[in-house]
This record gives sequence, structure tokens and C-alpha cells, in this order.
Amino acid sequence: MTSTQTDPVAGAGGAAPNPTPPSQPPALAPLELARWTWRQLTSMRTALVLLFLLALAAVPGSVVPQRDIDQVAVADWERDHPTLARVYDALGLFSVYDSVWFSAIYILLMVSLVGCVVPRLRIYWRGMRARPPRAPRNLGRLPESRRWVVDAPPDAVLQEAAGVLRKRRYRVDSDLAGDGAVAAERGYLREAGNLLFHASVLLVLVAFAFGQLYGYKGGVITVVGQGFSNALSQYDDFSPGSLFAPDDLSPLSFTVEDFDVSFLTSGPNMGQPEDFSAKVRYAAEPGDEPQDYDLKVNHPLTLDGVNVFLVGHGYAPVVTVRDGNGDVAYEGPVTFLPQDASFASFGVLKVPDAAPDQLGFEGLFLPTYGFTMARGPFSQFPDDLDPVLSLVPYRGDLGLDEGSPQSVYQLDKDDLRTFKSTDASRGSAARLKLSPGDTVELPDGAGSITFDRVDRWVKLQVSDTPGKGLALLGVLLGILGLMGSLFIRPRRAWVRASADPEDGRRTVVELAGLDRSSGGDLAGEIDELERQLRSDQEDS
Amino acid sequence: MTTADFAAFSNNAVMFASIVYVLAFVAHVTEWATGRAVTVTEVTEVAEPEAALVGGSPSPAQAAPRPVDEDHEERVDKWGRIGLALTVVAVLLHGAALVTRGLGADPIRVPWGNMYEFTLAGSFGVGLMYLLLGRRYHLRWMGLPVTAFEVVVLMLAGLLLYVPAGPLVPALHSYWLVIHVAAAVVASGAFAVGAIAAVLFLVKDRAGRRGSLRPGGYLDRLPELNALDRLSYRLHAFGFPIWTFAALVAGPIWAEYAWGRYWNWDPKEVWAFITWVVYAAYLHARATAGWRGKAAAVIALVGFATLLFNFVGINFFFGGGSLHSYAG
Repeated sequence: MTSTQTDPVAGAGGAAPNPTPPSQPPALAPLELARWTWRQLTSMRTALVLLFLLALAAVPGSVVPQRDIDQVAVADWERDHPTLARVYDALGLFSVYDSVWFSAIYILLMVSLVGCVVPRLRIYWRGMRARPPRAPRNLGRLPESRRWVVDAPPDAVLQEAAGVLRKRRYRVDSDLAGDGAVAAERGYLREAGNLLFHASVLLVLVAFAFGQLYGYKGGVITVVGQGFSNALSQYDDFSPGSLFAPDDLSPLSFTVEDFDVSFLTSGPNMGQPEDFSAKVRYAAEPGDEPQDYDLKVNHPLTLDGVNVFLVGHGYAPVVTVRDGNGDVAYEGPVTFLPQDASFASFGVLKVPDAAPDQLGFEGLFLPTYGFTMARGPFSQFPDDLDPVLSLVPYRGDLGLDEGSPQSVYQLDKDDLRTFKSTDASRGSAARLKLSPGDTVELPDGAGSITFDRVDRWVKLQVSDTPGKGLALLGVLLGILGLMGSLFIRPRRAWVRASADPEDGRRTVVELAGLDRSSGGDLAGEIDELERQLRSDQEDS
Repeated sequence: MTTADFAAFSNNAVMFASIVYVLAFVAHVTEWATGRAVTVTEVTEVAEPEAALVGGSPSPAQAAPRPVDEDHEERVDKWGRIGLALTVVAVLLHGAALVTRGLGADPIRVPWGNMYEFTLAGSFGVGLMYLLLGRRYHLRWMGLPVTAFEVVVLMLAGLLLYVPAGPLVPALHSYWLVIHVAAAVVASGAFAVGAIAAVLFLVKDRAGRRGSLRPGGYLDRLPELNALDRLSYRLHAFGFPIWTFAALVAGPIWAEYAWGRYWNWDPKEVWAFITWVVYAAYLHARATAGWRGKAAAVIALVGFATLLFNFVGINFFFGGGSLHSYAG
């Protein structure tokens, strides 16, 4: 270490009397530099700094929306801050945990960890097989030492000491013929625990990376009564790992038969959902006999490691739209997304088949209608006790033919116009209010819309994370190792027995100990050893 | 008793517990104030022989302050014991409040389903850790900061976070709620007590270095710097594996069941990970020359700050952005 640091100085000193071309650096320099870098990287100080950097680097991911987690939030953010979003994107702030800088930190940390652990493994291997070190000459100088005089001869004292130490799970080297002392050591497993912990960190990281690369997670909104089969095209959102191949999707299929939800109808938490569950009929493979399953939160359906979760629910009003010609242009459920706990939901209906003009609708679904002058229409309760659709109709061009992809929850109003309101006091644009069974004619004979009934939809998440068993094993082993490295106290103890110089018939017993980790109660241990040794000696 | 009775009792018990914590705090303040009075007599005692040297008469009263001192010491000790006894009562009331809070919900459940209850449970964890570990490590000197902490936290919980008792939201219908949160509460309790030890270490270290350590004062009566440092380390070493279990085993397993991903980089998870990394750094720092002592204590406090931020900040600042937001 010191030699590498002084080398450049020596080189500079030698350069003055005997100048060498600057293009020829000393031959050893790259190797020295590499060695120096390696030492720096594997030093504890660097590891500490890297740990802090890792903690710090994880912070932005909790503040800025992340692509892997919530693509919609990222899209919203990009729309709201277009300039800043470009900067953030370049910095990788929308996917912090795959970013170059985050990866760089943890890879360096792993390298540092390996560089720190491997040499220790070698040392540990040697230490495991070594005998406890011989007793120091002056036991009285050790942090804890005791001294007393007994009648028994030295050999007998040492033999007993070896027995007591063995009983207390020390590894004992009783070299009776040698220096008249017993050397003992215990707590070898501390370092083993330490090494196990660090190896487990690597194992968890590998398992986690494996899951990230080969796993996938997809979300799908299914209206009750409809089915789903596990294919990429069926998903509303899908985030695969970078090495995931769509052919790996298991051929699972299911139908959502029924959905139950109950809300608290009284008490301080009125309106909070009590419980919800979906009855699904599933088949693991296309030819299989379908089976029933009750899907609940915290109660997923697991098939070959693929999990299906119930993660959300909402309303899908079923409507029929007739166009200006009187033809049915749309018939079916429309998914409305809940905006808050009252399940006031926002939705869009696009009717591209309507003629002569395409029709569009945008508005709210209120499961239990309420109205005040101050708030306007709102939902009083999340259950569908008095459902109302409040829609603003549009006509014109929906812009679906322009080629750019559109969200099904957004109306492109560039080429759309509203209908003129018949009641000017409620705004210039016509607004429709429908209860189930109602049919409302659009102005100017543009068509009509019927609110047939209310269906519900459930949001299901299908995911597969391979390697999770390995990750769990890794963390459990890590905790085991951690406990070993934190709570096992490595100690050395020595007992020496020699003839008393004042009274040759008696024996001076010296006992001393050394704690090899901080935080232990060495004095207590030595006291206990002394007590046992003395009581044994008094017995004999 | 009906459900509503239990819920009402829980609210009363929180109030009673707060009052008893205040009384315990006052007792500990009195303890230390009395301790300072002892010092004053000691100082005059030392000063007297000097005065005698300077030319006063040999003091016949030299023996007199002794019994006063012993009397004083006894009084100091008495106030300390009163403070501890009151704290035991307060922690029992606190525990009763927690249990009845669970019984006060219909159906009966674990009393940690929202922010108010997490706060109640977390501060109970701190009180319990102080009493349990206090028996072993003689922590009575910590009574003052611990009772102060409890008073402030319970007051904040009552003022800002209170919600009436009610059933759990469906997302929390899982026995992992019991395991995951109980482990997190125990670990947080150990970290909190450890953080108090670290703060006292830093304050005493600073006072010692500036020479402003008043003999007999609160800081002077604290354990030696080494003992404070070792205690702080032991508490953190105790809490760390439990935290690892809560955040990196129980949490991910539940997440796997509930959300289909054992690790989702949810803000709460990210901050639990940050806390873990910082405490890992603390344990490493304590084993590294040049970082031991002051630097390690600062790292431990940084760790506790991230823990608090995760507990409070995530729910207030991130709100719906976190899958853990139902905790609010």
C-alpha cells in the first residue's frame, strides 16, 4: 500500500537528473495502478461510501414516477412537464433501477464485496484448521486476567482447565508438555456467518436479476361475464423482463363468472369496501376441464408459478348507441375508471361506426347519484344504489384513422364538436343524464343512446417471477448468517499453571481472555470460567 | 363490553397513558434536577478546604454536608424509581389501549390497520423495548428522553392521525399483516431506543470535548461514552436482523401474495431498503477504524431519520403514489 503511494514520487524524483521520454511510463505502472485501484475498491471505506451512494441513488425512484411500475403516471408527468421530462429521461430518472448509474453503483458494490470476502474466505479456511494461538508470555497484560493459588499440581490444573473449556465449547489446545499452558478459542462461526451473509447478498441479487429478466407482469380489465386467454394481445398493459419471450406465456384461460363486493353501510368508515371476490372458471391448458376459483385480494390463483391476482374493480355501464340512420352502431359495456373512493368514474365511448357523423361520449358514471348546487353531480356511495350516467356527446371525426395510437380513455377532440344545449343555464354544450333503462335522443337527429344496465369489471394482474424461491432462500440464509456474525462472540482464553515461587508445593493459576469482537461481555465470561475452575479445583 | 365500548375505552386509555407518561417525564426531570442540586453541594464541599487555605477558619461543618448528600442521592434515586414505576403503568395502559383498539373493531383484528394505529403500536414498541432491555442493561437514565418521546408521539397521534376504529380494508385481510407489521414495530422500537443512545452519545461527546460537561449534571450521570456506544450498537444489532425479516422477507412474501411481485420498488419498499442499507453501513462503520464512535452514531441517526421518513413522509407526501397508501 505505502509502496504504491510512494512510487510516483520516486519516479518524479528520478525524472529530473535522468529525463526519460514522457511517452514511456514505468513498465510496472499499469499493474501498480490496477493493484492500487483494486485495493481502494475493496477497502471498507469504499464499501461504506458505495452503500451510501446506493441509498442515495434509490431515492429518486420513490419521487419520480417509474416506467416499470406505472406507465400512465410517467405519461402524465411527461405531458405536464415536456422539457424537464426530456432531461429526466436522458438521466434515466424514469427507470432509476435499470439506469446505468444505479447499476454501476451496485455492480461496484458487488465487486467490492467479492474482493473483500474472497481473501477472507482464504484466511478463514486457514484459521479454521489452525490450533488456538499459544499463550502470551504475560497473561496479566490482557484485557481481562485473574490469578489465584491452589494446592493441586500444575498438570492436574491444566487438565481440568482443558475439560472446563471444552465443556464451554472452546476448541482447546492442551500442550501439557510445552509451556505449561492451555490455549483455547471459540466463536469460529461468527466469521462463517459473516461470509454466509455476504454470499447470500450475492445470491439474492442474482435471483432478483433472474426474475427481472425472465419474468413478466400484465394487467387486464375484464368485464364480468367475459373471458381472458393468456396472450400478449389480450393485455391492457404488459411489462416483460428484457429476456422474456412471448412464447413463454403459459396457455392459461379463464372467464370471470361473477363479482361480489360489499361496502360498509354504516359507522364512521361508511363506504369503505368490506370485502370483494371474483368467481372465475379457469383452465390451465386449452383442453382441460374448467375449474372454479374464488379470487380475492391476498388470495391469488397460482398455476405453474403464474399468479393471477384481483387488483381492482369498477363499473362498466352497458349502453346501446343508434346513429342518425337509426342503425345500432354500438352495443355493449363501457369501462369507466373510478376516480375516488366514492367510485365516481370517468369513461369515454367512441362510436366510429356511427353514420353520417362519428359519435363520441365522455363523462361520469355515478353509482349513487347525488347533486348539490355547490358540487354539481357527485356519487354519494360506492355501491350502485342509484346509478346515473352523465355524458357529454360529441360528433365529427374521432381521429382514429390518423395512425397515431389513442388511449381508449381519452377522446381526441380536435375534430369533434359538442351539441348545442337546450338549457343555456347549464352550459353551452348539451349534457345527457341517464338512469338504467333510459333512452335519450341526441339533438339534430344525430342518433340516440340507451343505458341498458350496469355491469362490473375487475382488474386482474397476471405475473410470473421466476427465481423467487431462490431469492427467499437467499434472504433467509442471509438472516441466519447475519445473526451468526452479530451474536456469536469469538474469544480466546488461556490458562497457565506454574509452581508458586513463594511456596513450591502450591500452584499459581493464571487465567486470561481476549475478545476478538467488540461489544461482548468478556469480564462476565472470564468470571464464569474462574468460578468453574475454582469450584472444580476445590472439589478435587 | 360491546365493540363501541372497547373502542371508547381504547381512546380513554390513550389519554390516560399520555397523562401518566407526562407524570413519568416530570418525575425524571425532578430526578435530574435533584441530581444537579447534589453537585452544587459537592462543589462547595471541594471549594471549602481551599477557602480554609486562603485564610478562613478550619471548617467544623466539613462533615456536615455528607448526610445531606446521601439524603440527596436517595432523593435522586427515589425520583428515578417513581419515574420508572410511572412508565411501567403508562406502558401497560398503552398496551391496553392497543388491545382494546383491536377489540373495538368489528370484526376483531390486529390493532395496526391505519396510520393512527401504526403510531400507537410503534410508540408502544419503543416503550416496551425500553422497559424490557432496561432490566438487562440498566437503562433508567434513558427514562427522560423515552417518556418525552412517548408524550410527543401520542399527542401527535391523537391530534393529527386519529380515525375511529373500524374494519380493515380488504387489502389488509392477511395474516402477513400480523407478522410483517409486528416485526417492523419491534425493529423500529429497538432502532428508536438505539437512536436515543446515539444522540446521547453525540451530545455527551460534544460536551466533553468542549469541556462544558457539568459534573453531576444529566450528561455527566449518563454512562461512559464507550458504554453508550456499545449499548447503541447492541440495540441496532438486535433490531437489524428483525428489520431484515420485516422488510426483506415478510414484506416481499406478502407483496407476492397481494400484488404478484415480491419487490415492486414501491416508495415504501424503496425507503425500507434505504433504511436497511444505512443501518448496514452503520454496522460496517462500527467495525472500521476511523468511523467508530462519532461517525457511526451519526450514521445510526441518519438510519433512524430514513425510518421516520418512511413511516410518516411516504404517507403524507406520496399519498396515492404508494401501494402502501391505505395505511394513511
